[in-house]
Amino acid sequence: MTIDWTHFTPWTSLAGGVLIGIAAAMLVLLNGRIAGVSGIVGGLFTPRHGEIAWRLAFIAGLLAAPVLISGSMPRIDASFGTLVVAGLLVGVGTSYGSGCTSGHGVCGLSRLSPRSLAATAAFMVAGIATAFVVRHLA
Amino acid sequence: MKALMAFLAGLVFGVGLLVSGMTDPGKVIGFLDVAGAWDPSLAFVMGGAVLIGFFAFRLAGRRAKTFFGGVLHLPNNRDIDKRLVAGSVVFGVGWGLAGFCPGPALVSFASGQAKAAIFVAAMLAGMLIYTAADRLIHEPRRRARQSG
Repeated sequence: MTIDWTHFTPWTSLAGGVLIGIAAAMLVLLNGRIAGVSGIVGGLFTPRHGEIAWRLAFIAGLLAAPVLISGSMPRIDASFGTLVVAGLLVGVGTSYGSGCTSGHGVCGLSRLSPRSLAATAAFMVAGIATAFVVRHLA
Repeated sequence: MKALMAFLAGLVFGVGLLVSGMTDPGKVIGFLDVAGAWDPSLAFVMGGAVLIGFFAFRLAGRRAKTFFGGVLHLPNNRDIDKRLVAGSVVFGVGWGLAGFCPGPALVSFASGQAKAAIFVAAMLAGMLIYTAADRLIHEPRRRARQSG
């Protein structure tokens, strides 16, 4: 195994992670909700009374973040077709599996939930296998 | 008040994603590609987030209400079933293909990345397809089970 030292950013990644943890803490302790992005967005498709405003507000906050700070220049290699297929898979998969990297990953692992640990293991293994196929076999 | 708190949480979440490097699909795939030149940064993102989250959810678990006296909606589903695993695998394949997961894709879209906009549109379509299929397939089955 070789480490990509040029792109390795342990401190900024740790700091960003701490901010994500603080955001999840705010949402659960102040609003009583799980900071799972796919769940928050997906919930808008089956709207229930009193379930819309906070979801839209959270999403607005996410979308406002680039106003405060610009991240590193993104490297997006995927083609138009790959982005469409990947987006569809992420939309269907997170709905069917009830969560993504934030809901199952961050919040679920923080809660020591075996269900979220199983989900996180499943999407990590699938992601690693896919990256292997795309980078080394295709 | 609730909407304001949710907005601030979303804002801090989004800033965290930008600072961490999660909004760069190249970095995400660099983490998933363990056989290539591996970038372990994302393990630090998860580590930092879970470190804070662990104490926050422990505190939430001990409380009956939020700090504002509202209801704490904590998940009570504990089933590790086919849906959970199959859905997560499908999500993982999409994540590995483009390097985007839902949160970073939305933030990247707001940064003006055209490619992130394509991904977000497809992701929303996927959620819509799921919702429609769920209504068509699962809802009648649930009703049949209840009446039968």
